[in-house]
Amino acid sequence: MRPFVYERATDVADALDRAGDGAVFLAGGTNLVDHLRLGVRSAERLVDITRIGLDEVEELPGGGLRVGALVRNSDLAAHPALRRGFPVVAQALLAGASGQLRNMATTGGNLLQRTRCVYFQDVTMPCTKRDPGSGCSALEGYAAGNAIFETSPRCMAVHPSDLCVALVALDAVVRTTGPAGDREIPMTELYRRAEDGPETDTHLVPGELITHVDLPPLAPGTRSAYRKVRERASYAFALVSVAAALDVVDGRVRDARLGFGGVCHRPFRARRAEEALVGGPADAAAFAAAIDAELAHARPGRDNAAKVPILRNTALAVLAGLADEGARS
Amino acid sequence: MTRINVKVDGVDHTDEVEPRMLLVHYLREQVGRTGTVVGCDTSNCGACTVHLDGRSVKSCNVLAVQADGHEVTTIEGIADGDRLHAMQQAFHDCHALQCGYCTPGMIMQSIDLLNDNPNPSEDEIRHGLEGNLCRCTGYHNIVKAVQQAAGAGVGGGGGR
Repeated sequence: MRPFVYERATDVADALDRAGDGAVFLAGGTNLVDHLRLGVRSAERLVDITRIGLDEVEELPGGGLRVGALVRNSDLAAHPALRRGFPVVAQALLAGASGQLRNMATTGGNLLQRTRCVYFQDVTMPCTKRDPGSGCSALEGYAAGNAIFETSPRCMAVHPSDLCVALVALDAVVRTTGPAGDREIPMTELYRRAEDGPETDTHLVPGELITHVDLPPLAPGTRSAYRKVRERASYAFALVSVAAALDVVDGRVRDARLGFGGVCHRPFRARRAEEALVGGPADAAAFAAAIDAELAHARPGRDNAAKVPILRNTALAVLAGLADEGARS
Repeated sequence: MTRINVKVDGVDHTDEVEPRMLLVHYLREQVGRTGTVVGCDTSNCGACTVHLDGRSVKSCNVLAVQADGHEVTTIEGIADGDRLHAMQQAFHDCHALQCGYCTPGMIMQSIDLLNDNPNPSEDEIRHGLEGNLCRCTGYHNIVKAVQQAAGAGVGGGGGR
């Protein structure tokens, strides 16, 4: 590992003061420490932000939650208000990584983790995300994990997070502070498309710090769930994943939220499917038509065409499960 | 160099470390706690699992400076003198090891698992150990050992 200077911020203002000049914020470090070790990235200075607060979950009036950026993944997954109101988020958290990593990893850090594309992590191979302008090795190489939505020859990588798929589906809002002041950024607008330039994952500016993630309340009676499909039963990144929330009243869909993971450069919000679902019957035929409306825009390649039927089956199973759950209550 | 204060297995240590030093290397090379092993060195296998303030972490994935001001418990710090921790005893009784290399991490993660969920099902045990790889594939007896330890009340439960 290349040497770096280690600093510790005492509060948010101090963290911002220490940003710049080759500084990188260090939270749990579960992804960053690996990258420093692999040489995927280097840093002049690490600014440890784990002792600046921002480590609480606050219940907002109306049923929403404000999650501090430094709340650990394991603490958030175990939080009673989250498990009660947002099971899709708790399930997504527990689908990710392992117990040890969830004990270290933070909410904000999860949002900023980098792709696990094998070429991004292999410093001997060209990768424009790691080394801008060097091209995409995944285009003609090992391509089974590649994106199928919003694809671009500039970068075929997919976003690796489980949590973020749930957060985009729920219209979570990321609160930040930085050199230009405070901002609120919808999760659906935080990430860049591959065609926008894959060198940078998000629209955050240098020195900007995530302070909280807000979860707006879901309508009472809404059911939500997360399902992840991988090449083995546990401890792997998603081949595909589905985050869904469904509000069904008298057999008709009043509200539907759908996020897909493992299929796009950013956590993907399936708005075409949502539009097709809302107002329609909560039955298998309507669900299939809605998912197919979204999948019509998928652009699988030579090696990852299997993602399309796997995603279709997974999404339909999740929606059917939520509709059943609602009908039984 | 950065000065750190870390309590390791109940003993306070003050040391000068390079910021890039991993916690596992600090524990093994500076503190001498070689019971914690380096397995894959890529934060995959879990052999290096220790507790940081009572919760399991992979010590090859944590910088020593991140542990400053905190308490680390290794596999060498859980026995009471010559009396094994109930999880160690259960691994012994159930022959929950083959080559033994993954054992320190398996035991530390199993204790964390029962702290979270004192009465886990077999499926919950297998998922709770998902971040620990046994290259000998000796998982079956490891699961039995965790079940025995749960029955013995590790984590505060009474077993199923």
